[in-house]
Amino acid sequence: MGENHTHNKKTGLPRKRFYRARAHSNPLSDSHFPIPISPCEVDYSLHYPEVVKVDPCKRIEFADVGCGFGGLLIALAPLFPDNLMIGMELRDKVTEYVKERILGLRTTNSGQYQNISVVRTNSMKYIPNYFEKGQLKKMFFLFPDPHFKEKNHRRRVISPFLLDEYAYVLAVGGIIYTITDVEELGEWMKSCLEEHPMFEALTSEELEADQVVKLLSAATEEGQKVARNGGQTFRAVFRRIVTH
Amino acid sequence: MEETNMDDCEHNRESEVAPALIAVHPTQKSVAVAVGSNLRVFNLQEGCSVSLVDNSGVHMHKDSIRAIQYGAEGKLFVSAGDDKLVKIWVTDSWRCISSVSSEKRVTAVAISNDGRFVSFADKFGVIYAVEIEGSHENQSVPNKKAVPILAHYCSIITSLEFSPDGRYIISADRDFKIRVSVFPEKPSDGAHEIQSFCLGHSEFVSCLAFICNQDSQQWYLLSGGGDSTVRLWDFTCGSLLDTCHVGETGLLQSKEGIDDRLLAVTDLCATPWGSLIAVAIQSLAGVMLLSCNLSAKSLHVARVVPIPGETFIPTSLAAASSSNQLWMVMGASTLCTSHSAPLACVKVLNGFCESNQDSVEHEARVLEDKDLPGSEQLLQTLQGSSFIEKDALSAAAEAVKTAMCNLLIKKQYPSENREFRKRGRNDKRVDKKK
Repeated sequence: MGENHTHNKKTGLPRKRFYRARAHSNPLSDSHFPIPISPCEVDYSLHYPEVVKVDPCKRIEFADVGCGFGGLLIALAPLFPDNLMIGMELRDKVTEYVKERILGLRTTNSGQYQNISVVRTNSMKYIPNYFEKGQLKKMFFLFPDPHFKEKNHRRRVISPFLLDEYAYVLAVGGIIYTITDVEELGEWMKSCLEEHPMFEALTSEELEADQVVKLLSAATEEGQKVARNGGQTFRAVFRRIVTH
Repeated sequence: MEETNMDDCEHNRESEVAPALIAVHPTQKSVAVAVGSNLRVFNLQEGCSVSLVDNSGVHMHKDSIRAIQYGAEGKLFVSAGDDKLVKIWVTDSWRCISSVSSEKRVTAVAISNDGRFVSFADKFGVIYAVEIEGSHENQSVPNKKAVPILAHYCSIITSLEFSPDGRYIISADRDFKIRVSVFPEKPSDGAHEIQSFCLGHSEFVSCLAFICNQDSQQWYLLSGGGDSTVRLWDFTCGSLLDTCHVGETGLLQSKEGIDDRLLAVTDLCATPWGSLIAVAIQSLAGVMLLSCNLSAKSLHVARVVPIPGETFIPTSLAAASSSNQLWMVMGASTLCTSHSAPLACVKVLNGFCESNQDSVEHEARVLEDKDLPGSEQLLQTLQGSSFIEKDALSAAAEAVKTAMCNLLIKKQYPSENREFRKRGRNDKRVDKKK
């Protein structure tokens, strides 16, 4: 890896400028990357080789949908060493970057970062191909594409119909975290979640007590950018509940 | 550039071709054929053609009908398609009691088992429900607006069914998926609770059918798809119980060099206990009969019933649970040849019943035209003429096949081609600068 010019010589980590990608990708277009037929075909030994050696039955419990450059995953990895996490990203170069970044971190920090990985996929179409019913404990949707135009609202990753699928893959009690710097989108995500019968908002005490909540804006590249510019963020954190 | 445009036009025109459809009343009182924008109904009890009465205040279908279905009790019938109209009919008088408009083209319809709701799916994967009040009285209901209840993310819904126990609504799509959703008490609030996904097909799913275990009274789901398989599912948990590869049976070897894409399963029709399952396959002139052993949870091929002398490749299958006849239609809405009228050809297979499994192998046979119930008149009504030319049949088979490929199979661009299309992108330019 050392001789690779796209990587930093000292840290062995990939350099972002060689993985520049467009900010947006069309989630509606047909996909040409491989997709597992069903969750049992997800190759865990490829994503988590060291973990699988110890416990081959371990399943992914956290999903960062639209993980971007992977900042959140990397912050979460040492905090939840016993939970497997995956980042899902549609843009191929960004996925490549995160993959290299995780490999680099695994090499320089022996034994760490074995619980995180990334996959290139369109999570709006293929969430049920990756996770069984009730498999996930946490789902993250951080700084998603705002899609301002009304005709493009159906491209938003949080939408009333897609929440049905997220409710399906989340275990009862599982938590969905959303954050954005676009006020309009923040309102939209909050109202989608409020109106969905299978989600309820966390109380402010619960938000205070949850160590992950602070990371939403602090750990991600997008969040840091917003903070640098002194921008505001809008967050909605909800719990999956039992339907009546 | 111009060349690609022309290509696209060609594709669009071809994918407009809609296959002919057939449906049979649950107690075989009537049979309906839809081809193009024509809906043709024949009364089997009285042996006469039915004239449809439309008081809904909206016009008849103006474009290809893509889905038809009788309700479980046979009182209601729905038809819908490319003209974005869902028409609900009462079958005693064949009056249209309601025309519901959809924003997009409709690809699938279903009637809930209690006959209270009609559900339909559009080309963008959204599934709607509309309540039919007063359907049993003899009066028209106002043309109501349907509410969206669930959605597959921008994928064409190919089949929509209510489970026989009425608890679930099951939707299949072009992206290999079958979703089983709990059908809510109040559909206007949405069908949010997903019971399961049945995942296993590696190409589009085209059709669904149910069979019941006679001993346990438990229902199972069958699905057919573009991957040349018929699959058996326990749909309450989404588990795949068995897969039958129709192309690998050796029974279809007669035609050489057929690739798997041409063996897409296009329709399924099963006897209630599942001892016989008729399968329509894209390049098979006839039907394949499968048999399902539900206690062993296994599917296997029983035999192929060829239809001799003609290129009869069924585009749609139907059977009434009370009879032993399998109804088949082949046809297309429009053809490129001189035939301007839509073409439909109807055949009936006798001996399609449970007891026929192993014992009387030879009984399942295709009826001669003259032996059909209602004979000449039936053909006049459903086909539009009692005689159909061979050439027209093969042209229809070809047109339907091309349309289906264009509609449901993802276009594969070679990787060089894809790179070429990305040439103007900013993220590519960075590479060049360095």
